[in-house]
Amino acid sequence: MKVEEKKHFPPKAILSRLALNESGFVFDPVTGKSFTINETGMALLGLMRQKDNLKDILKAVVADYQVDAREAERDILEFSAHIWKIVR
Amino acid sequence: MAARKLTVAITGMNANPPNPGPGVAVARCLRQAADRVGRIIGLGYDALEPGFYLPQYTDASYLIPFPSNGEDALLKRLSDIQQTEAIDVLIPCLDAELLGVIRIANALKKIGIATLLPTEEQLKMRNKDRLSEWAKMGRLKTPETIAVTRADFFYHCHQKEWHYPMVVKGLFYEAAIAHTPDQASEIFQRISARWGLPILVQRFVVGEEINLTAIGDGKGGMLGPVMMKKRATTNEGKAWAGVTIKDDHFTRAASAIFKKLRWTGSLELEIMRDQQGTYQLIEINPRFPSWVYLASGVGRNLPLALVELAMGQKPPRFSKISPGVMFVRHVEDQIVPIKAFESMIIKGFHS
Repeated sequence: MKVEEKKHFPPKAILSRLALNESGFVFDPVTGKSFTINETGMALLGLMRQKDNLKDILKAVVADYQVDAREAERDILEFSAHIWKIVR
Repeated sequence: MAARKLTVAITGMNANPPNPGPGVAVARCLRQAADRVGRIIGLGYDALEPGFYLPQYTDASYLIPFPSNGEDALLKRLSDIQQTEAIDVLIPCLDAELLGVIRIANALKKIGIATLLPTEEQLKMRNKDRLSEWAKMGRLKTPETIAVTRADFFYHCHQKEWHYPMVVKGLFYEAAIAHTPDQASEIFQRISARWGLPILVQRFVVGEEINLTAIGDGKGGMLGPVMMKKRATTNEGKAWAGVTIKDDHFTRAASAIFKKLRWTGSLELEIMRDQQGTYQLIEINPRFPSWVYLASGVGRNLPLALVELAMGQKPPRFSKISPGVMFVRHVEDQIVPIKAFESMIIKGFHS
């Protein structure tokens, strides 16, 4: 992962500890924080856990959702920054 | 042959908002172990302590003398109660009574009442002015704290770079958050009238509060730690809802403290994880917290473990902790026959 991406993406260890259920309810067992995400957020969180860098996440999102790459990149970074802010 | 069921006496039946005593929660945990604990005796200081009138948790209740009456008065009262109740284990649940109970622990043992308590020296170690020593043991920080002897400090404190809100604490017991000079002065007067001077003033830490309770085995071991993050609080910052979490950093720090102190008995550590992610130790309580029923809720019945240890049994094997188990506190009205209240007032007990 590039230095710039690290600013936005929570570490893998943090992402993988999050308990996520089918309704989009997310619980962090270390901080005790919980939040909800929608279906797209669930898919993105899943990709962030699996993939190692923004490029791979973006590729998967563009392929699955047929969206503009630039717009998708902005949404991904915004989403991950939001998650990072919560679980930090 | 089935083992004899134990009789356990518990103080802190004052389950009053906004800061309920832990006794009812401890009794509730022991009720979960009906095969081990038979009678539960509630002890307290005021005839209107709610725990006296909850037959689902207490089988009999007795008034006992205030700690200010001294250890001899407490020992005499407990000896009298012992004639009727044959108590096996006593669990004191309030800070202010601990010193007295520690001092009569040997005498209680002679009349058949076991306890699991820290030494007098260990108890003095938890005085609030020694918080930083505890923090060092666990490699934690503590908010800056100063001793204050005059209430006018609160009207000029900004000149010394002390700004509101701040935490105003008694040297031994009680603490409250003050948002204004008048509020701070009122808390100063209230606490100093009860517990004397100096009063401690602690910087208010913005962050998330995490509490841990466990039992010290007296040999440096920390048994059955349960960690809770507050999810809802009262105006005074007391937990009204919480969730179990698993924070390894805090567990290691707590374990180091237990090891260093060789603490015996129940203990609660309170920390704030500030906005920089620093762990600041803010409070130590030498007893179970009022949220201890959550421990039973995650399969770690700490009050039962304490009873067993006090009876000289081996420490139990605790199940693995489950993060994500919540509690939400509530208040309900208990219907009480006037005869029960009358008996507490006239005779000092009811059953």
